[in-house]
Amino acid sequence: MSTVVDGVGKAIGRADDRAPISSLLKDNLRKVFPDHWSFMLGEIALYSFIILLLTGVYLTIWYQPSMQEVVYHGSYQPLVGIPMSEAYNSALHISFDVRGGLLIRQIHHWAALFFMAAMVVHMFRIFFTGAFRKPREFNWVIGGSMILIGLLEGFAGYSLPDDLLSGVGVRIVAGIIESIPVVGTYLLFFLFGGQYPGHDFIPRLYTFHVLLVPGILLASVGLHLVLIFYHKHTQYPGPGRTNDNVVGFPLFPVYTAKAGGFFFIVFGVTVLMAAFVTINPIWAYGPYVPDQVTAGSQPDWYIGFVDGALRAFPNWESENFLGHTWSWNILIPCVLMPGILVALLLSYPFLEAWITGDTREHHLLDRPRNAATRTALGAMAITFYGILVINGANDIVAQAFNLSINQLTWFTRIGVFVFPPLVFIATRRFCLGLQRRDRDLLMHGRESGQILRLPHGEFIEIHTPISDDEKAVILAKRDIAPIEAPPATDENGIATPGLRAKKWRAKLSNAYFGENVKRPTLAEIEAAEHHHHDEVAHEIDVLHEAGAPIPSELTD
Amino acid sequence: MTSTSVRRNKATGLVVLLAGLVITGVGYAAVTSTAEASVAMYSQTQIDQGKQLFQQGCATCHGLAAQGSSEGPSLIGVGAAAVNFQVATGRMPMAQPANQAPRKVPVYNDDQIAALAAYVASLGPGPAVPSDEDLNTTDANLAEGGVLFRTNCAQCHNFAGHGGALSNGKYAPSLMNATPRQMYEAMLTGPQNMPVFNDKTLPPAEKRAILKYINELQTAPSPGGLALGSLGPVTEGIFIWTAGLGALLAVAVWIGAKVR
Repeated sequence: MSTVVDGVGKAIGRADDRAPISSLLKDNLRKVFPDHWSFMLGEIALYSFIILLLTGVYLTIWYQPSMQEVVYHGSYQPLVGIPMSEAYNSALHISFDVRGGLLIRQIHHWAALFFMAAMVVHMFRIFFTGAFRKPREFNWVIGGSMILIGLLEGFAGYSLPDDLLSGVGVRIVAGIIESIPVVGTYLLFFLFGGQYPGHDFIPRLYTFHVLLVPGILLASVGLHLVLIFYHKHTQYPGPGRTNDNVVGFPLFPVYTAKAGGFFFIVFGVTVLMAAFVTINPIWAYGPYVPDQVTAGSQPDWYIGFVDGALRAFPNWESENFLGHTWSWNILIPCVLMPGILVALLLSYPFLEAWITGDTREHHLLDRPRNAATRTALGAMAITFYGILVINGANDIVAQAFNLSINQLTWFTRIGVFVFPPLVFIATRRFCLGLQRRDRDLLMHGRESGQILRLPHGEFIEIHTPISDDEKAVILAKRDIAPIEAPPATDENGIATPGLRAKKWRAKLSNAYFGENVKRPTLAEIEAAEHHHHDEVAHEIDVLHEAGAPIPSELTD
Repeated sequence: MTSTSVRRNKATGLVVLLAGLVITGVGYAAVTSTAEASVAMYSQTQIDQGKQLFQQGCATCHGLAAQGSSEGPSLIGVGAAAVNFQVATGRMPMAQPANQAPRKVPVYNDDQIAALAAYVASLGPGPAVPSDEDLNTTDANLAEGGVLFRTNCAQCHNFAGHGGALSNGKYAPSLMNATPRQMYEAMLTGPQNMPVFNDKTLPPAEKRAILKYINELQTAPSPGGLALGSLGPVTEGIFIWTAGLGALLAVAVWIGAKVR
C-alpha cells in the first residue's frame, strides 16, 4: 500500500517540478461557486458539446465527404439500386450497416439541438439577470458568437448527409449567398467551386464542420470558462450576499460531484431520446435530386427564424438598379435582418452601459423586475424571434390547425411589427408592478388575511412583516439616476461638445429608468415600522380601554 | 336480291353507318384501354338505382342530370373512378361548402357506391374503377416507386406521405389511411387540387411502383424509433424544447435545490 502512495507522491512531485500542478489545484479546487438551478443551463450546452465531439468522431470513421455518384446496395430495401452521392451512401451505411451507427447519429443530432437550445436558454438567463454587465461584457460577446458559430456548424451538419432535405437547405443558402449585392454570384462560385450544386461543396463543408468550427468552438468554450473563473461567478441577491463576496460551495468536492453527475444525466437523457425518438430520418427523404422537394421542408429550429422571415417577406426585386439585380426579397430577411439582430445582440452590454452610464462592476445579479426596460426589451426580442420561428413552420402550422398559409403570412407580416411593442409595454408594466409590490412588502409587510374588527367598528387587516431573508433580496436593488442632459453651453458660454449625442443619451436614459419605482431608503422603512408600531400600540390601547381581549397577533 | 339492290336498300345506309360507328367505337375503346368499356361492367338496374340515389343525394349541387351548377362541377365524363374515389373515401357528399372536402366515414355502402358509379359512367366515357389486376404490385420495383414518389408526390404529400399544406387553406391529405384503389383512382382523376396523372404521363406500371412505395410507407416500422409524425424538423424542434429541455431543466432544478 505504502509503495502505491509513495509512487503517486513521487509522480506528483515529478510533475510539480515541471509544471505548477499542485499550486494550480490548490488555488482552484476550493474556489467557491454559488448554487442555483439557472447556473446549470450553460453546463447543459457544455456537456452537449462534449457529446457532439465524442459522437462526431465516431461518425467520421465511416462518413465519406464525396459527391461522387454511386449506386446504393446497402440493406435499406427502398433505396436499393438508386444512384446517389457517396456522402449520402455513407450516411445510409452508418444508419443501417454500422453497429450502433443509427443510435450514434441520432445522439449526435439530438445533442446538436440540445446544444443550441441550451445556449439560447443560458443566454436568456444571462440577459435577464444582467450578468453581462461590467466586467463580463467580453464573455457575453464570446457566448453570443458561439451561438452564431453553433448555428453555422449546425447548418453544416444538417447538410452533410446530402439527403433531399439537406439539399433543399443548401439550395436556399446558395440563393441567400447570391442575393448579396454585387459580389453574391462571385461568392457563390467561389464557395461552390462553380455552379450550384457542383462537386466541391460537401467536401469543403466537411472540413468546415469537423475541423475549423469545432476548433473555434473549443477555443471559445475554453476562453469562456477561464473568464468565468477569473471573474468569479455572479450570484443572486440574498442574505449575506454582496457585490464583493461569493456565497456558495467549493468546486471540490461539491461541484465536481454535482457537475460530473449532471454530465452523465445530460448524456443519459440524450441517449434515451436517440434510442426512442427518430431525428432526421435521412433514409425517408431519399437522395438529393435538384428537381425533387418534399412538403414540410424545414431547417432545424435554430435557423427557423431566417426561414420564417424569408417566407413572410414580400417579393420585392429591383432589376438593373445601379447595374445589378437586387433581390430585396432575400437580401433583407436573410442577410440584413439576421445581421442587424446579431449586431444588436453582441453590442447590447455596451449599448446598455452607454445609456445607463453605469460603469461599476456587478457581481450581484439583477432580479429581472428591477431592470424593467431590459426585461421588456428581452421579451420583445423573444416575441419577434418567436413569430418568425412559427412562420418558418407555416405549412406545418397550417396543416395542424387547418389554417390558411396566406393568412399566416399576413399575420406574420403585421404581427412581427405589432406584437413585439405590445409585449414590451406589457412586460414593462408587469415589472414596474412587481417593483411596487416589493416596495409595499418592505414598507408594510405582507397582508396576513386576518381581519380584525375594533370595538368602535373599524376593520383593520393585520400585516405581518416579511422575513429578513426576503428583505435582503428586495433591498439588494440599487437605483440608478437617469442621466441629465447637459446645458447647451457651460458657464463660460462655450458650447458643450457632442451636445446632440449627449441629449440623445439623456433621453434614452430617461426612457430606460424614468418610471422605475424607487427602493425605499432605510430611513423610510424605519419610519414605516415605527408607524406600524404606533398603529398597533394605538389598537391595543383602544382594545384595552374597551376591556376587550388583546389578540396575540398584535402583541407578537 | 342482287348486290345493287342491296346497296340501294333504304336500310343499308343506316346499317353501314351503325357498323362504322361500332367499329370505330370498339377500336377506340381498345386503344384507350379500360376507360370506356366500363359501362358494360354495370347492369341497367344499377344505373337506374344510381340515378335515383344521385337525384336524392347529389343533384342539389351537381344538377339533376349531373350537368353541374354554381355549387358543384359537371360529372359528365368524370368516370366511375372519380365517383368511387370521392364517395368511398366519404369526401362526397360534402357536409358543408369548404375549401376542400375532408376524408370522413362514407355515407353510402359499397352497392350504393357501385350504383352511383354506374350512373355517372353511363353519362359519358371516363376512367373506370381500377381492377385488382391494375393494383397488383407484385412485380413493381419498390426503389423506383420511391424515386417516382419523391418526384411526383412528395412536394405536396410530404416525403413520408403524411400530407402537407397548400395555398389558401387547401391541403394535400395524408396517405396513411388511403387504400391502393383509392390512390390509383386519385392519380387517374385528379380529385380536388390534385393534378391528373393519366396513363401517358405516368404509365400503369409506374403507378403500381408508387403504390408499392406508399404501402411501404404505411406499413414499414420506423427504424429510428418514434417518428414524431414524420413531419420533418419542426416536430423535432418542438420535442427538444418541451420534452428534452424540460427533462434537463427538471434535473437542474433538482440538483440546484438547496439542501436544508
